[in-house]
Amino acid sequence: MSDLIKPQDTAHPMVRSEAVHKSYGLVEVLKGIDLEVKQGEVFCLVGPSGSGKSTFLRCINHLEKVNGGRLYVDGELVGYREKGDRLYELKDREVALKRRDIGMVFQRFNLFPHMTALENVVEAPVQVKKESKSDARERGMQLLERVGLAEKAKSYPAQLSGGQQQRVAIARALAMKPKLMLFDEPTSALDPELVGEVLDVMRGLAEEGMTMIVVTHEMGFAREVGDALVFMDGGVVVESGHPREVLTNPQHERTRAFLSKVL
Amino acid sequence: MNETDQGSVKPGRPEAIKAVPVRHPGRWAGVAVIAVLAAMLGHAIATNPAINWTVIGDTLTNPTIIHGIWVTLELTALSMLMGVVGGVLLAIMRLSANPVLSATAWVYIWIFRGTPVLVQLVFWNSIGALWPKLSIGIPFGPEFWSENSNTLIPVFTAALLGLGLNEAAYMAEIVRAGIQSVDEGQTEAAHALGMSRAATMRRIVLPQAMRVIIPPTGNETISMLKTTSLVQVIALVELFTAGHDIYARTFQTIPVLIAVSMYYLLMTSILTVGQYYIERHYARGANRTLPPTPIERLARLFRGKPVPPAKSDVVTGAEGGGHV
Ligand SMILES: Nc1ncnc2c1ncn2[C@@H]1O[C@H](COP(=O)(O)OP(=O)(O)OP(=O)(O)O)[C@@H](O)[C@H]1O
Ligand SMILES: [Mg+2]
Repeated sequence: MSDLIKPQDTAHPMVRSEAVHKSYGLVEVLKGIDLEVKQGEVFCLVGPSGSGKSTFLRCINHLEKVNGGRLYVDGELVGYREKGDRLYELKDREVALKRRDIGMVFQRFNLFPHMTALENVVEAPVQVKKESKSDARERGMQLLERVGLAEKAKSYPAQLSGGQQQRVAIARALAMKPKLMLFDEPTSALDPELVGEVLDVMRGLAEEGMTMIVVTHEMGFAREVGDALVFMDGGVVVESGHPREVLTNPQHERTRAFLSKVL
Repeated sequence: MNETDQGSVKPGRPEAIKAVPVRHPGRWAGVAVIAVLAAMLGHAIATNPAINWTVIGDTLTNPTIIHGIWVTLELTALSMLMGVVGGVLLAIMRLSANPVLSATAWVYIWIFRGTPVLVQLVFWNSIGALWPKLSIGIPFGPEFWSENSNTLIPVFTAALLGLGLNEAAYMAEIVRAGIQSVDEGQTEAAHALGMSRAATMRRIVLPQAMRVIIPPTGNETISMLKTTSLVQVIALVELFTAGHDIYARTFQTIPVLIAVSMYYLLMTSILTVGQYYIERHYARGANRTLPPTPIERLARLFRGKPVPPAKSDVVTGAEGGGHV
C-alpha cells in the first residue's frame, strides 16, 4: 500500500520529500510530508481544503521556503546547497535556474493579460533561455496547435474562455521543456463543460511520459490516468497507494469521509 | 435581439420599436441659463477697454514669450523624466525586501514630499551658500576633482533639481500604487517560469501597472507644466516670468496674462490628447476591444456606420445629439 516511500533502485525519483515541514508564523501547515514521485509518473494529490496541497506544490519549485526536512527534485535539494552538514541558501539566480525545469499550472490560470496567447508562450523561452524570437515563435505555434488553439494565437487572455486560457497556460509551461509539471487544481475554476478539454490535454501529456503532480478533485481523472495517489489532511499524508486501490477501498476513516463527499 | 424568433407571428425581422424618447426639459433650461451668462461675460470682455486685444496679439508673438514657451516645455519634459525614472526606482526600493533600500526610499519621500517645492527650488539655487565648492574624493581624505557650486549648478540645473527631485517623490507613490495593483499571481507565474525578479518587474508587472500609473501621471505632467512658473523665484525666464517681465514694464497685466494663459491652455490640451493615446496603448488585453480613437469616432459618424435598425426608427425628439 505505502510502497511509495520505498526508495527506487534503478533511477532516482523525480521528487523525494523527507519530513517536509512548513509553517506560516506559528501556524504549521505541513507537518512532515514523506513521499516519492517516480520519473514519468502521474502523481495525484487529494485532500480537503486547507490541508496543505497547494503549499506543498509551491515548496517543490521554491515559491515557498521549506522550514524543515529535505525536499529533492531530480536528486537535487530544493532551495539549498548541502555542504558537509551545513545548508547554504541558494541565490535568487540559482533558484530561478532550477525553476526553469519545473512547469506550473495554476487554478486561476495567471496568464499575462497584456500579452497575446502566443506572446505568453514565447515570453519565458526568449527572456529566460535567450532563444531567438523566431525559433521561440515557431515552437510556440506548435505548442498552441498541440493544445488545439493555433487559431487563437493572436487573442488576448480576456478574449478566451476559461478552458482555452488554461490550455494556453499549459502550453506556456511546456515551452520551457520542463521535466516535471505541477498542476494546482487546474480545472477547479472552470465551468463543467470546459473541464474535459483541459483534462484531455493533461491525459495526452501523461501518455507521452511527462512526470506530473496533480492536485485535483477530479477523481475520474485520478482513477483513469493516475499512477499514484496521496490523500492529505491537516498537513500530513493520511493514505497513499494506487488510485484505484485508494479510491475504491480506502483504509482510513478520514479518507472515507472525504471521498464520500467528492465522489 | 433582432434575431428571428421561431414562434413569431410574422416571418422575418420583427417590427422595430417605435417609441417617443424621454424628454429632458431641465437640460434645455440649463442651456438657456448658461447661454445668457456667457453672453453677459462676452459683452463684459469685448467692451472692456482694459482688455486690449492688440496687446494680447503682440504678446502672443513676442519673442521673449516664445522663448519662454520653450523653456517651460524643456523644464516640464526634463523634470517629468527625472520624476518618472526616479519614481520607478524609489517605488521598487520602497517595495524591496532589503530594509536599507526601503528605508532610504521612505526617508527620501518623507523629505521631498514634506517640504514646499518653492523652498526646494531656492535651496538648490543657493546651494553655493552651503557648500561653495563641490568635490569628488574620499571623505576626510584627498580630493580628486572640485568645482565652484555656482558654476556647476546654473539656474536651469537648479530649477531641474528642484522640480525633478520633488516630482520623483510624488511619482514614487503613484508607481508603488500601480505595482501593488497587479495581481500577485502574475509575479508567481513569472517566477515559476524561471524569470528573474528584474525581468518579472520589467516585462510582467510594470506594463500592467501602467494602466493604473498613467492617469495620475498625466495629471502630474499637466500640473508640472504650470508649476514650472514657480522658477520665477530663482529668476529663470520661462513662459510666466517672460509675461511677468513684460507687464512689469508696460503695466498691461491682464492682456499679457490672457495671452500667457492661452499658451498654457494650448499646451495642456495637447498633453491631454497625448495621455488619451498612451492610456489606450496600455489598455491592450484589459478590454476585450479597444475603444475607438476620437478620429475613428468622427469617421464613423460621417460614414454613417450601420446604426441598429431599432434605433433609426425612434422618433428623434428634443435630444438630437449626444451629451451636451
Ligand atoms: N501565505 C500564507 N500565510 C498564512 N497562512 C497561509 C498562507 N498560505 C496558506 N496558508 C494557510 O495554509 C493552509 C494550507 O493552505 P493550502 O493553500 O496549501 O491548502 P490547500 O490544500 O491547497 O487548500 P485548497 O483545496 O482550498 O486549495 C491553510 O490553512 C491556509 O490558510
Ligand atoms: Mg490549493
